Amino acid sequence: MSGRGRNTPLLVRDIAHARSGDKGNTSNVNVWVYDPVDYERLKRSLTAERIKHEFPQLVRGAIERYEIEHLYGLNFVLHDALEGGVNASLNLDSHGKSWSYLILGLPLEPDPG
Amino acid sequence: MAKEHDVFRIGTGAGFSADRLDPAVDLARRGALDVMVLECLGERTVAFAHRDRMANPKRGYNAHLERRMRALLPACHEAGTIVISNMGAANPRAGAARARDIARELGFAGLKIACIEGDDVSDRVPLSQKFMDEPGTLADVGRPIVGMNAYLGADAILPALEAGADVVIGGRLADPSMYLAPLMQRYGWDTADMGRAGAGTLVGHLMECGMQITGGYFADPGVKEVTRLAQCGYPIAEVTADGGAVITKLPDTGGCVTEATVKEQLLYEVHNPAAYLTPDVTADFSRVSVKAEGKDRVRVGGASGRTRPEKLKVTVGFDAGFMAEAGVSYAGLAASTRGKLAGEIVRERLKQIHGIASHPRVDLIGVNSLFATAGQTPTQSEDVRLRVALRTTRQEEAELMLWEVESLLCCGPAGGGGFRGSITPAVLTKSVLIDRALVEPTFEMFVA
Repeated sequence: MSGRGRNTPLLVRDIAHARSGDKGNTSNVNVWVYDPVDYERLKRSLTAERIKHEFPQLVRGAIERYEIEHLYGLNFVLHDALEGGVNASLNLDSHGKSWSYLILGLPLEPDPG
Repeated sequence: MAKEHDVFRIGTGAGFSADRLDPAVDLARRGALDVMVLECLGERTVAFAHRDRMANPKRGYNAHLERRMRALLPACHEAGTIVISNMGAANPRAGAARARDIARELGFAGLKIACIEGDDVSDRVPLSQKFMDEPGTLADVGRPIVGMNAYLGADAILPALEAGADVVIGGRLADPSMYLAPLMQRYGWDTADMGRAGAGTLVGHLMECGMQITGGYFADPGVKEVTRLAQCGYPIAEVTADGGAVITKLPDTGGCVTEATVKEQLLYEVHNPAAYLTPDVTADFSRVSVKAEGKDRVRVGGASGRTRPEKLKVTVGFDAGFMAEAGVSYAGLAASTRGKLAGEIVRERLKQIHGIASHPRVDLIGVNSLFATAGQTPTQSEDVRLRVALRTTRQEEAELMLWEVESLLCCGPAGGGGFRGSITPAVLTKSVLIDRALVEPTFEMFVA
C-alpha cells in the first residue's frame, strides 16, 4: 500500500482517514479506519496521552477521546491547541485545518497478532 | 408551492461565505429542490461584516449576495424552490432589500423575501458579561466592539416560512437551523419534539458545509481518490417524515458521496458526539447510522435529541487593529540557510531598531510553517519563502514590518526576491451566553 520497506512502521494514514475542524481555540480531529479489522490497532495507537506527548507545544490543554465504536472512528478534542485560535494565531493555518495530517503522520503501534 | 415527492429535497448552494456559485446554479436548475440553503456566515465573517456596515450603512451583508441572487433566483423561481440564507450577515435588512430589488429587476413581481432580525443583541449584553468558555469579561478585551450576534434557531425562521416566504434572509441564523426549520414546516414536526429536532439537525450538520460531504476537503491522491473535483457537485438531502435521509448529488457532477465522506463530516467541528448544541436541541449523533445504498447515495439516520440549551450563544466581534504579512523567497543552494538568516535579521530589527513589542511570527515556507509549533523537524529545501506575520493595533507598526521585510532585497542574504506584503483589518471574536428571553427574533416580508 505504502511502497515502503518491510521494516518501516505503518502510519495512521495507511489504515485510516481523518478531518480536522475548529471552534475557538479548540481543535477536533476525527479519525476513521477503512477496515474494521484495524480499529483495535488504531485505538491502541492513538491514545489521548500519546497525542499530548507527541505535540506538547501545540496541544497546551487537555485532550478528550470519544469512541464511535459502531462506525469504527475516534474523535479527538484538543483544547488550547490552535496557538490562541483564529483570533490570535499568526500561523498561516489559523484554523488548524492541517492538524489531521499531524495525526495521520504518526506511526502505528506494532500489531501484536 | 409544495411538490408531490415522497421525500423533501434540500440542497446546499453555499457552505461558506466564499463558496462556488456555478455548481449552485446547476443544482438549482436540475435538482428539483424544495429548499436551497446558502450557508455563508462564520464567527469572523460576521465581525468583518459589521466593519463593512460601519463604513457604509447600506452594506454589511455577504459580498456575493447580489451575484448569488441574480444567478439563483431565476432557477429557484422556475422550480418553486425556497431559498434560505444567512447572507444578511450584519445587515439582513439591507441584504433583503437588495434581494427584493434584484427580484424586481428580474421581473419576479410578488416574490416574497422575508428579512429576519433580532440576532443583533448589542444593546442588551453588558460589558461585565463573562465569556462562555474562558475566564474574563467583555470589558477585559479593551478594544472597540463592532457587533454582537445571538445564534437564532428554527423557531426564528418558521414564522417566515409559514407566511409563504420564497426567500428567507437572516443574519446569525444557526447553520443547521436553516435545514431544520423547513423540515419542521413541511412535516409538521412539533417544536417540542426533540427526537425530530435531533434528526433534522443531523441533516443540517451534514449539509451545511456544502461540498465537504461530496468529495471536497477529502482528496488525498493515491489514498483517497476523488474524481473531477473541479466540477464537484453540491449535496442534496432527500429527507423523509421520520427525519431519516439520503445524502446524494446530481449524478453527472464531480466528486463523490461515500460512507467515508459522510463520516468525516459527521464529526466535523463536533466535540462530544452525544451532545451537539444548537439553539434548537442538544443533538445526539453518537448512534448515527451511515450506510451506502448505491453510487453517491448514503443513507443516514439514528440521530436523537434532548432538551435545547437554556441560553443562546452570542458571538461578540471586536476591532483588533491590523494584520500585517510580508514575504521574500530564496531558491537554489542553501536556500533554507539564507531564508533562516533573513528571518533572524527581521526579528532583530523589529525589536532593536523599531521597538515593536508585539511578537512577529517568522515561518520558512517549504521547510517549516504550518507544523512549526507542533515541533516537526525542519529539513533542507531548495525553494523556501520567508513569511513574517504581525498583529498590531498600530498601523505604523504594520507598515514598518512590511518595510523591514522589503529592505531584505538589498540588505539581507544573497539572492532574495519576490517581495509581497499586505496589511488587512483584524477582528477578534469572543463568545458569551444570553438568556433566551432577551432575544426577540422578528421577520418582515419584502415583496418584489
